[in-house]
Amino acid sequence: MILLIQYMIVFASVLMLVALGGCFSEHSGVINIGLEGIMVFGALGGALVMSTLPAGTSGFVIVILSILAAMAAGLIYSLLLAVAAINFKADQTLVGTAMNLLGTAGATVIVKAINTKANPDNPSSTIQYIGAKKAFLLVEGYEFNWFMPLALCLLILSWVILYKTRFGLRMMACGEHPQAAASVGINVFKMRYAGVLISGLLGGLGGLVYITAGVSEWKFENGVAGFGFLALAVMIFGEWKPFKIALAALLFGFFRALSNVYTGFDFLRTLNLPSTVYNMLPYIISLIVLVLFSGNNAAPKAEGIPYDQGTR
Amino acid sequence: MQENKSFLKKPAVQTILASLICIVLGVLIGFIALLIINPSGAWNALGEILKNFWNYSKHTTQMKNLGNTLVKTAPLLMCGLSVLFAYKVGLFNIGAAGQYVAGAGACIYCAVGLGWGWFPCMLASILAGALVGSLSGLLKAYRNVNEVISCIMLNWICLYLVNTLLSKIKNPTSPYTYAINLKVVTTDGVTSTAAHPQALLPTLGINALFNNNKYVGIAIPLAILLAIASWVLLSKTKLGYELRATGLNKYAAKYAGMADRGNIILTMAIAGGLAGIGASMLYLTGFEDWSVTQASVPAMGFNGIAAAFLGGLNPIGTIFSSYFIQHITDGGAQLNKQVYPGEISSMISSLIIYFCGFVLFFKSTMNKWLDSRAEKSAKKGGK
Repeated sequence: MILLIQYMIVFASVLMLVALGGCFSEHSGVINIGLEGIMVFGALGGALVMSTLPAGTSGFVIVILSILAAMAAGLIYSLLLAVAAINFKADQTLVGTAMNLLGTAGATVIVKAINTKANPDNPSSTIQYIGAKKAFLLVEGYEFNWFMPLALCLLILSWVILYKTRFGLRMMACGEHPQAAASVGINVFKMRYAGVLISGLLGGLGGLVYITAGVSEWKFENGVAGFGFLALAVMIFGEWKPFKIALAALLFGFFRALSNVYTGFDFLRTLNLPSTVYNMLPYIISLIVLVLFSGNNAAPKAEGIPYDQGTR
Repeated sequence: MQENKSFLKKPAVQTILASLICIVLGVLIGFIALLIINPSGAWNALGEILKNFWNYSKHTTQMKNLGNTLVKTAPLLMCGLSVLFAYKVGLFNIGAAGQYVAGAGACIYCAVGLGWGWFPCMLASILAGALVGSLSGLLKAYRNVNEVISCIMLNWICLYLVNTLLSKIKNPTSPYTYAINLKVVTTDGVTSTAAHPQALLPTLGINALFNNNKYVGIAIPLAILLAIASWVLLSKTKLGYELRATGLNKYAAKYAGMADRGNIILTMAIAGGLAGIGASMLYLTGFEDWSVTQASVPAMGFNGIAAAFLGGLNPIGTIFSSYFIQHITDGGAQLNKQVYPGEISSMISSLIIYFCGFVLFFKSTMNKWLDSRAEKSAKKGGK
């Protein structure tokens, strides 16, 4: 039971962080399908730092540096979307999809190149960070780590930024009606850049949290198994509002955690369902949730539409 | 001069030029990556990717390997058409991957599990793909579920469902299903499972051209025929007109009396069917078997996105672009694994998709440039 709660909270923090990222991007008016790729690159940045830091580094330094690296990697990668969608008015779905494919392919190339350089007989795409990972744990022996309080802080911070600051309210205006926002002197381009880059920061961090969830090595060929898309479903279910997103993330985290730990429950074992059923569960649930909740129009009105000053 | 201008103004020429720019940019960045990994061999490595089967010196080996590339081009072309078809109606079918998986599951199960012939197996995979596709269409039409997200969820659901289904006909000694074209011989020499030659696609003698590559067959001409049929359907029929009109402006199409919801579902069903038949074109040749433990969705459907956009969203263009994508993907497999990762190719194709997002920008820049040049020459002429 404790195991289930642990994993539920770990996965929920991943989904919440990434969904909050998506929330910022969409409130500024840019659909971010590329969250999956951003997560992969964030994970890559964090994993590289964790595996290269010398063994004697203090835990605190490891935590800070790998978090910063993950966020930076996510931020840089999200520039791909920002430039294409904001400056060049590209199709946001197409660019996001390309970013997802590029995320896994690019990260695999980078990791394999590093691995083969170290040892030509090791063309694998796995990075190990057994020692560094321990630094993140809050309580020895449990999967409770520093990311959980951090995620909680970021949740509150996101809500404050979006609803209580001039910056956040202006950003949301750009996602609702960019022409109106521009007419009162808001720079729509800057605001959209800010939204996409914040989603890069949060998505990158989410990627790092995901690859440290219960494992101490990661095979980058596998990407992040559709978590970026689950996060989008969480965001829609959470109606683009931070606290509702947090609740939705807990629900999805529960179903995702079940597939890790269902063998620990007698009544689930006696059902004798194949493990693939539990693997499918988060995706099926999110499909059902989408069916039930996509009807209401909580989405920012202008999302996905490139801002054209000429259409004012 | 005048002729030159009108030549560059033609939309088809601009589309081809834009695609070429995408390819050049994608390959260029791939080359930079190769340079960073190992500068000394980068030029050769790029050559190996771009040459693919020409890396072999013997003509017969070249033809055999060209055959292998073509075998995988057929399903890729179908996935590309699937993406293209949906995009014409304004839908982004990232679910081609899942529809392809559903098609694969259906045809392998019908062939190995039920012992059906190739034709009913192919029909089964069309049906399976169409079913998955129309589900996304249904959700989009009636519940306004973003098709991209529902497709992604269905991709994973299909993967796990097919893994569950096919583990019933799994070879106990490997993670793969029983092969369609090989007898399984147990240790005591007794054949435990018969091969399923009835399910293999007919070769029609085409394989003789490719040094008797037994995988080459009906799939390749069939894929090209279907591409031409899609072109005819989209640009020469009433249905195609309606579908494109729905894609350009859903509300205008509805106002003009077209069934927008029905069209969305129909489109996704056709798109799914195309991806599904693509799977049967690969798996019914016995070229590869399904691993029931695979944990990621096959890349074929995603590469279909690259093929469709690189082909300028034209079915005929997609024939060439899908060959190109498969060509560099197989070329990547030729690289020396101890120095360069083969994923460089998938990196190049994803970069190409990324740059396809800029096609509109390329074209408008090209037009602006042409217009300003025409204006200048007109002024000169006026003097």
